[in-house]
Parts: sequence; C-alpha cells; structure tokens
Amino acid sequence: MARTKIYVPRETAAVSVGADEVALAIARVAKKTSTDIELIRNGSWGASWLEPLVEVEVDGTRIAYGNVTVEDVAGMFDSDLVEGGEHERRLGPVNEIPYLINQDRWTFWRCGLVNPLSIEDFEIHQGFKALEKAFAEGADAVLQAVVDSGLRGRGGAGFPTGIKWRTVADAPGAQKYIACNADEGDSGTFSDRILMEGDPLGLIESMAIAGFAVGASKGYIYLRSEYPLTQSILSRAIETARNAGWLGDNIKDSGFDFDIELHLGAGSYVCGEETAMLESLEGKKGLVRYKPPLPALEGLFGKPTVVNNVVTLASVANIVNLGGERYAGMGMNRSKGTLAFQLAGNIKRGGLVEKAFGVTLRELIEDWGGGTASGRPVKAVQIGGPLGAYIPADRLDTPLDYEAFIEMGAMVGHGGIVVFDDTADMAQLARFAMEFCAIESCGKCTPCRIGSTRGVEVIDKMIGGDNKDENYELLVDLCDTMEDASLCAMGGMTPYPVRSVLKYFAKDFASSKGK
Amino acid sequence: MAKIDEQTTRDIVAQFDHKAEMLVQILQAIVSRFGWVPAETIRQLAQELNLSRADVHGVVEYYHDFRTEEPGKHIVKICQAEACQAMGSRELTEHAKNALSVGLHDTNNDVTLEPVYCLGNCACSPAVMIDGKTHGRVDESRFDALLDTMGGND
Repeated sequence: MARTKIYVPRETAAVSVGADEVALAIARVAKKTSTDIELIRNGSWGASWLEPLVEVEVDGTRIAYGNVTVEDVAGMFDSDLVEGGEHERRLGPVNEIPYLINQDRWTFWRCGLVNPLSIEDFEIHQGFKALEKAFAEGADAVLQAVVDSGLRGRGGAGFPTGIKWRTVADAPGAQKYIACNADEGDSGTFSDRILMEGDPLGLIESMAIAGFAVGASKGYIYLRSEYPLTQSILSRAIETARNAGWLGDNIKDSGFDFDIELHLGAGSYVCGEETAMLESLEGKKGLVRYKPPLPALEGLFGKPTVVNNVVTLASVANIVNLGGERYAGMGMNRSKGTLAFQLAGNIKRGGLVEKAFGVTLRELIEDWGGGTASGRPVKAVQIGGPLGAYIPADRLDTPLDYEAFIEMGAMVGHGGIVVFDDTADMAQLARFAMEFCAIESCGKCTPCRIGSTRGVEVIDKMIGGDNKDENYELLVDLCDTMEDASLCAMGGMTPYPVRSVLKYFAKDFASSKGK
Repeated sequence: MAKIDEQTTRDIVAQFDHKAEMLVQILQAIVSRFGWVPAETIRQLAQELNLSRADVHGVVEYYHDFRTEEPGKHIVKICQAEACQAMGSRELTEHAKNALSVGLHDTNNDVTLEPVYCLGNCACSPAVMIDGKTHGRVDESRFDALLDTMGGND
C-alpha cells in the first residue's frame, strides 16, 4: 500500500493554535500503529478559524479535519483516518468547503495546496512557467501585461503597478533594484504572511519576473521581525530556489542574473512606508524621505527601485501566465482583479478571502465571517489598518472599490477588516489611533510628531467632559493640520479613524472608560 | 541568552562583511544573541563599522526591537493592536500585569512584559508572543497555562 499523505500546516496562525503539536502527535500515533504516512507541512488555505486544519489524501481527494487538537489524534486514527474515516472533526473534502470554494483565487491559489519548500511540487503546479514565458516573450511583453491587468499596489496605496514598472524600466542606470515590502504592520492584515509561508517560491518567481521586466539584478525582501516563522520558511525557500538555479547568475541560461536578499525589520511601523523602508534597508533609522524624487527614479542607494508589496508582486506570475486582460476582467471600475481580504478581530470565521473587487463588507462579514465571534451585534468595522476609518454597521453595503471608499472618507488599503461588537468603546479607539501614531511616528515632521501627542491629550479632555465643544473644535482643527501637513500617511491618515469616530460614534465620548 | 562579549560582536560584524548598510541586520543578530544592545556594544559597532557613535545610537534608539536594557530570561509580548483589542487584549494585558506583577516594558522575576503592535495573527486574536513563538486565541486561562510551561522550560 502506498504511503498516505497527511497535511498539517506550518503557518503562523495554525502553529499558534497547536499545529506543531498536532503534527508531532500524528507522527507518534502513526509510528505506534505502524501506519505508513508521509507528513507534509503545507501552508494554510487561509481558513484560520478552522486551524489546525489537517488533511488526509484518499484516492487523490484531500479530506479535511478542522480544529484538530492533540487529544483528537489517537481517536482519529481509531476512526480510520487514513481512509478519511468519520470523526467529529471531519469536514469532508477540502475542495468542498464553502468558505474556500466561493473565492476568486488568483494570487493565493497554491497556498494550502502545495508543500511550500518543494521545488518539485511548485513546478508541478505551474511554478516558474511565468518566468520562462517572460524569458521567451521579453521584458516589454511583461510590462504590457502588467499595464493591461490594471493591477494596483496592494500594500494600501493602490498605485498602478504597470506605470511604476515602466518608470523604473525607462529610468537610466545600470543598477536597479526590486524591493519587496513585507513589513505588514497593519492590524487586521496577514495576507502577505500567508502568502510567504504558503507559497514563498511564488513570490520569488514574481520578483524575478519584476527584475527581468525592469532590468534589475537584485531584489530585497524587507520582512518584519514579528514574523519569525515566515523568516525561516522564506530564507529556506530562497536557498532552495538558488540551489535549483532559479536565482543567481544566468538563470536557466537566459542570460538574466537575479538574486534576493532577505532583510529583517526591527519593530518600526513606519518602515512599512516605502521610503522609510528604503532607509531601513540601507541600515539607517526609518525616517520618511521627501518625495520627489520618486523611489522609481532614486530609490534604494539612490538607484531606480520598484517598491511593491508582497501580494502585488505575487499577483504578477499569473498575470504573465494567463494574460493581463483576464485579470482586468475581474473587479469593478478602476479596481481591477482581486484583493485578499482578511477577516479579523471579533469575527466567528476569521481568515483570508481572495475575492474580486465589488464584494461588499456585509457579504464578507456575514457570508464568510458568520458575524461576530461573541455573537453580539456588529458595532463598527475598521478597514485598511490603523489608519483606516471606522465604518458603522449600517454602512457595510458599499461595494469594495478603492475610489468608492475614498469617497466615503475610508480606504480599502491592504484589505484588512477588523470587526468590533457593540461593547467596543469607540472613544478609546480614537484615542488609541492618536496614541499609536505618537508611539510610531518617525519624528521627522511636526504635525505627526507633535500632533499625535496633542491629539491624545485633547481626546482625554473630551472623555473627561472638559470643555467638550471647544475641544471637539480643537480636535477637528488638529486633524486638518495633520492631514494637510504631514509628510506621509502615518500622520496624514491617523485623522481618518479619529474623524470617523467623531462622525458616527460621538456619543461614546460621554460613556467612555478612558484610556 | 549569551553573555556580552566583544569577540561575538566582532564575528557578527564580519558575517555582514563590515558593511555599515547592514547595521539594522547586525543589530538584529546582536539582539537575537544577547537579548539587548549594551552601551559598550554601541561603541564597538561604531568603531568596527566606521560610523559615529551617534549614528549607531540613533539607529538603536529608533527601533523597538533594540532594547538598551537587559531583559529577563523570558520575554512575553501581548498584542495591543485593534484586532486583538476587539477580542479583549486590553483585559488580557491587565491580567498579565497582575499575574506577573510587572508593568509593560518592565521586568520582574526574569520575565519581561512588552507591548507589540500586531503579530499578524489577527484571525486568531488575542495574540501573544512568548520567547519568539506566537500563540493565538489566548484567553486568561490559556495565558496562565502558557506561563506555566514557560517556567518549566528553564
């Protein structure tokens, strides 16, 4: 009899709720019962609420078992696990789980499916086909496909990727760089992490494509230090790709040289801002740079640099494989393609949902998310990270589209959706927005450095009932100054969540428990 | 954590080819080795990398990861960001302060308690990192259980 394949994710969320211990228990029980198994540590499918999600391959079908604990394992073997036997944890075939199949998986399709560190597995699943196609068709064809796709920066800013790449490709200079922003610091976001842990070779391939398209021979990944497991997986994947000849000099006799260096951040939120990230990559304090010059012209070490987020880059392989038009065929208006939405906070079924733009927050929170984890009504939803607005429960029906959200004073950002139930103290959250800005401000510009501290003080006075109306005016004025005069989004957008609380939840200032 | 010694620092700098542009990476390696960055290491790094002490000091001061005080044997970080707040991390933090008799950024009984702003585990909130390992869905009783195993690993 052939060995039975059993999959247990090696991914931060799964491991954080016991996946390593479950994997060990499975190996132990298999040995004890002389069951011939092959234990594969895959990435996560993104259904974090079901982690640890164990799968057993039976006649080519992967049968899933959700929320498996160490205590379950012996019983699962007793219930004929290797044949996909009945058990209270059994969910059925993984490709029939509604949460997973009702998605538009373009960028994340290999996550969960493959062994992230196996070149063979990667190549069986289209790996390096796009890079080979790029070599065959040339840099211009790649640039055109990316322009045609309408892909925009998934890190939050939404800048058209094709235009950025063209700018770097056209910039003079022998040395250019690809800088992958993996400093995923926004609360409620983990899509970069799921991708890097579940399909690191996919990111490496896309970075090589970017390098080939713009004429860069060196790539950097700036990974936040809060992701130690990601670091370990990613560095092994880079090594694996290098050993297989997919990184290094003259890749597969194409004449193209490209290699990747992995750098760690050091706990600074602002280093997710592209110019601060470049400073940090140069070994300096993460101080935001003035723009212009654009990083596309004078970026890392003063050279033309493509700075893109992980998901942006990783979307490119399929754009090259399947064509830009196909990607542009999804989504709505100027928001083309898919976004990896992340359901987080007080939500019953949290995880990653890759969907075409146009889906609504309500659909995501109710149909996928199943409402709040506490079972209480939704009070507010923060989308787009700590700099995103709080949206009240009665305004969740706007289709997700970059421009539509900007119009309502909010932002789609990186697609992180944090849900709060009706016990949330919104005044406290407004105060936190200012406090976070005070903690994380790089200090270069005054509105952000001083404004955030003044913001905390004014909100404290409002919560304390001290000259409420005058302090309200003062806070609005302060928000205007920060928004208009800050150097980057840190100070410039901290007012977004604050203003949204003033607009929709003003009465929370009277009932707030304070800091 | 290893005791501070000049040779280890010299070796780390050599691993990064004495490049000043690798300062953040060098400091990461130092912190993962020693747990913190003492003043004498700042002086040594400035010398080895041909930077001013102010340059190195500025970088050390800027980043949260680069502690300038020796931490306890164990480091407990509790996420304070919005998604974890939505699932009770404020209350969990209060519980942790009481359980460990320590404030944030403080050390007691060889345990250092620190805030962290997002561990990227926001679908399994609240999240806690203990000695570099992330734990999810941490309620008060799970937190206490994690502390117990931490003590056992001494």
